[in-house]
Amino acid sequence: MRVMSQVAMVMNLDKCIGCHTCSVTCKQTWTNRSGVEYAWFNNVETKPGVGYPRRYEDQERWKGGWVLDRKGRPALRSGSRLKRLSSLFANPGLPSIDDYAEPVTYDYDTLVSAPAGQDVPVARPRSALTGRPVAVTWGANWEDGLGGTPEHGAGDPNLGGGLAEKVRFEFEQTFMFHLPRLCEHCLNPACVAACPSGALYKRMEDGIVLVDQDRCRGWRMCVSACPYKKVYANHATGKAEKCTFCFPRIEAGQPTICSETCVGRLRYLGVVLYDADRVGRAAAVPEETDLLDAQRDLFLDPYDPEVAAAARADGIAEDWIDAARRSPVRALISEYRVALPLHPEYRTLPMVWYVPPLSPVLDAVGAAGGSADDPDHVFAAVTRLRIPLEYLANLFTAGDTDAVAGVLMKLTALRSHMRARSLGDPADRGLLDAVGLTPEQAEDLHRLLAVARYADRFVVPTAHREAATEDQGAAGFRCPVDAGQGPTPLGMPTRRRTDEGAP
Amino acid sequence: MNHHASPPAVQLLLWVAVPYVCLTVCVAGHIWRYRRDRFGWTCRTTQLLEHRWLRLGSPLFHLGAFAVIAGHVVGLAVPVSWTEAAGIGEHAYHTTAVALGSVAGAAMVAGLGMLCARRLLSARVRRTTDRSDRVLFPVLFATVLLGVSATAVHNLAGGGYDYRATISVWFRGLFTLQPHPDAMASAPLLFQLHILSAFLLFAVWPFTRLVHVWSAPVGYLRRPALVYRSRKEG
Repeated sequence: MRVMSQVAMVMNLDKCIGCHTCSVTCKQTWTNRSGVEYAWFNNVETKPGVGYPRRYEDQERWKGGWVLDRKGRPALRSGSRLKRLSSLFANPGLPSIDDYAEPVTYDYDTLVSAPAGQDVPVARPRSALTGRPVAVTWGANWEDGLGGTPEHGAGDPNLGGGLAEKVRFEFEQTFMFHLPRLCEHCLNPACVAACPSGALYKRMEDGIVLVDQDRCRGWRMCVSACPYKKVYANHATGKAEKCTFCFPRIEAGQPTICSETCVGRLRYLGVVLYDADRVGRAAAVPEETDLLDAQRDLFLDPYDPEVAAAARADGIAEDWIDAARRSPVRALISEYRVALPLHPEYRTLPMVWYVPPLSPVLDAVGAAGGSADDPDHVFAAVTRLRIPLEYLANLFTAGDTDAVAGVLMKLTALRSHMRARSLGDPADRGLLDAVGLTPEQAEDLHRLLAVARYADRFVVPTAHREAATEDQGAAGFRCPVDAGQGPTPLGMPTRRRTDEGAP
Repeated sequence: MNHHASPPAVQLLLWVAVPYVCLTVCVAGHIWRYRRDRFGWTCRTTQLLEHRWLRLGSPLFHLGAFAVIAGHVVGLAVPVSWTEAAGIGEHAYHTTAVALGSVAGAAMVAGLGMLCARRLLSARVRRTTDRSDRVLFPVLFATVLLGVSATAVHNLAGGGYDYRATISVWFRGLFTLQPHPDAMASAPLLFQLHILSAFLLFAVWPFTRLVHVWSAPVGYLRRPALVYRSRKEG
């Protein structure tokens, strides 16, 4: 056993209202620069929808993530190392910028400098790549709130088989939810394995996956290898960039900017301990539907004295072990088992997990003429949700509908129990018993999911300064405002930055 | 321009001073660049912005270039006596060199042509073209075209020029610090221009995207799949 620690995230999708505050604050913090105008380290997608970049989940096309080779070992879907080196000159799996959307800016100056005339001046869109006027025809969340879904919806790679027909056929009974996405900071990161330069690395202390900007040579294999398409090529610097999990904030014990500013307070951050020795085996389980449990098994129980002793032996500080015990992420993933990973079938063992959305269930019980207190009625309704179980299963459990249904039933039981409690109804243990929760656990979970106080959502221990060198963490980071080339018209990409102030 | 009659001073300048200055700039430039600008050390790919031309042009150019460079190494570094000792006669050597070289050269020219065309014709790519590219692409293109023309004029159309008896001797002399400018002075003009343009290319090399050549990631084949780093390593 080799104990490693990681700061991981869970998002409670029921509370996401799709306001994009996380995306906007992330952009202002990290990607408000030329070269990455098109990149959203954090974006919010409407599901069902084709996502950003378009159809990124279609791994037959983009060849992201891992598959098992003939001997049952995990191998990158994009092929062998030799094959990757031979595609350095033209990477067949690299999306074009049109798959993301052409970045635009606007002629804002016209609004104030236009001569007096009959018409109100307008700010026309211009391409940030060419400076020419351009029609805005796509964006990172073009389908916000199901806009354009009749046209594009069937392009969602999760709507395989008859699911697309079913969804389209029942359009008046339509469903949607928002899915905020950022880098998964995987335990088995495909981008790291694909990088020919060894510029991408996973930090041992907190599991954050970063790009060493001084070692990246722009071979762009990480972009195509990441099945979530969360590594971006900066077209001004020619280097890869990705979500940093706001490591300067995390090191200071603060939540990431997307978590801090989340209006719905749906993000949780905390430490999990895992056994690094078993990562390879977990990624290699033959059945895709077993990957969820294989990854859960990797997580270690910090209350177990043996685990704590092993963690200490592996150099994990006492306050981090304590933080792992208080971790809301550990509680939601391992203790209450209501959080699920996004696309476990990619075999990257992602570390941003989701509590699946449940919204319409109690209404559905009433609409079906059932009683919201009767476990049979409630659980039957779960299987008839507007959000088809199969769809959620394709996103979160590699198609295992039972696993998703189990989580939704747990959440339903929790809701019914808390409603009965707050209305002063007689306590009915039936629902809770059926999902294996005690009333104490239910209230604890309720406090975590519904009350969701700041101190409960974010348990981030500070990094240990004594373990840091002076140039700390700067490995993957340069100050974004340090572009140093004076004002650029129309937000045009500045050319490659010469590094005047480098040490 | 008739170098047979040019004074020794000009020969010394062209075939001793210029090469050594260019090579010095090349070496010193690389050291300076690596120490000052590792952040800018990249191939600066534009595949994100344009991929249709690149998909064909880039592999053509790079694979052609590999073959051309290999041919130059053999032609310039290996003395005639070695190949003759290996039982390869002058005629056999030249026939093979011209045949393989023509294919590689054609691939390189076609690929570079496509890459330059997309750089000029695609507005997105053109916008990313910086000062170093404006120097690099003309010098590179000139070097390649002059090399191909020299081969075409003297070895395909002409009777065959034995550069191994003159140019190769001069080239090896540069590195053994015993330069023979006289060996170069008698070479045909196209070869002379090709060589001067090549040395100019070496001189601008460290200040352009060509530095990515030295980063060819061969170590990738041997390293573990996952890279972990401690914060201590910075």
